Amino acid sequence: MTTSYDAVILGAGIVGAACALECARAGMRVAIVERDTIGSGATAAGMGHVVAMDDSPAQLALTGYSRSLWTRLSPELPASVEYHACGTIWVARDEEEMDEVHRKLAYYTAEGIEAEVLDSNALAEAEPNLARPLAGGLLVPHDAVLYPPCAAGYLVEQAQRHGATLLLGHTVISAAHGQVTLKDGTALQAKIIVNATGSLAPALTPGLQVKPRKGHLIITDRYPGYLHHQLVELGYLKSAHSSTGDSVAFNVQPRKTGQLLIGSSRQFDSDSEDTSVDHKIVAAMIERAALYMPGLPSLSALRIWSGFRAATPDKLPLIGPTEDPTVFLATGHEGLGITTSLGTARLLADHLLSRPTTIPLAPYLPSRLPSSYLSDEAIHV
Amino acid sequence: MSEQMRPEQIQITIDQQSITVAAGSTVAVAIALAGLNCRTSVTGEPRGPLCAMGICFECRATVNGIAHSRTCQLLCEPAMDIRTQ
Repeated sequence: MTTSYDAVILGAGIVGAACALECARAGMRVAIVERDTIGSGATAAGMGHVVAMDDSPAQLALTGYSRSLWTRLSPELPASVEYHACGTIWVARDEEEMDEVHRKLAYYTAEGIEAEVLDSNALAEAEPNLARPLAGGLLVPHDAVLYPPCAAGYLVEQAQRHGATLLLGHTVISAAHGQVTLKDGTALQAKIIVNATGSLAPALTPGLQVKPRKGHLIITDRYPGYLHHQLVELGYLKSAHSSTGDSVAFNVQPRKTGQLLIGSSRQFDSDSEDTSVDHKIVAAMIERAALYMPGLPSLSALRIWSGFRAATPDKLPLIGPTEDPTVFLATGHEGLGITTSLGTARLLADHLLSRPTTIPLAPYLPSRLPSSYLSDEAIHV
Repeated sequence: MSEQMRPEQIQITIDQQSITVAAGSTVAVAIALAGLNCRTSVTGEPRGPLCAMGICFECRATVNGIAHSRTCQLLCEPAMDIRTQ
């Protein structure tokens, strides 16, 4: 086995997979190391919503850019990825939320992201199974949904076609100073190491401000025609934004099979190895969903599961160099990793190859956050 | 069979077609008698009762508007509206 690479990517989630493809396509000798299977962490746990999200200008820049990369890639995605440009409707319950719809419309339009206001009747017509009356909503027509593990699989396959090596079933013990050491003792030499291990990233790069944030999803049986767009309540960002405590928000997605994915929940301070389902929060999710879609609780659910997002304090990912000149980060994508994987990979590759970037990298640079490692050390002195 | 021995017959509709079955028949049996399959899988394969005891979920169909009803566990009732999925 070759043990010397230009770039060793740690983690074959969708972010690592996208990074591997960008690096391999640029002619680098790439290895991808994955402990479990491709796309088996947060990638498999998430919904697969390709969405322009405006929590901050930097978030809208990255999600908008990444979404355009997905749109461009979509014609070549295999059917198994189930890419479907169904659009998102941000649902407003009352007039106060309609004000937010108009603010959002102006913001998106200014950023070149197409959006359209739906009044109460237009919303009911677009989604007949929503409660009535609701105030209206904002339709973002070019948002999409996809099946994340297969998308990650496709990106890895493409990386392999460009010469990348996939090392599956290998646990990384350490990754620093140009060397990645595997549990079986193998040492890989790497000019560049990309830590793309999601919420597990701090284990290999100490001091990162990345914490696991647990989420739950429900998938139903097939109900073709029940739902046409991904629906998200406008209060979603309020829920996503709170950095402490548990929260739920209405977020439901139509799958190509006619199945519905129902979310969402956010919980901090959970043991990141404990993937057991918290029935109290699932009940709260269903209760929240029923406010918007009264028929949902009578549908038949097939499976409920949980997973961990990699959350940062400012809701932006960590992309770029660290204090170790050989170690780079591509983690901290929280609930947007499926969308932002492609933008992340392109920005990182542009940075590594000194190419101009389409959007500024600065807001996502790891150096913007103080290393918690140092402060922990100080506490223990 | 004499007239007295014949079980009571009831009328149901399956995919908008009127069918007569013996009272006490399960919906799964009625669908089979009509020569239909309960449902079609994601990949387009025909599906019908496998375990016939409510465990395998293969025999689902829409009964009186309720999708994914397990037809092996339901008895036919007069005027029941059954739709294969």
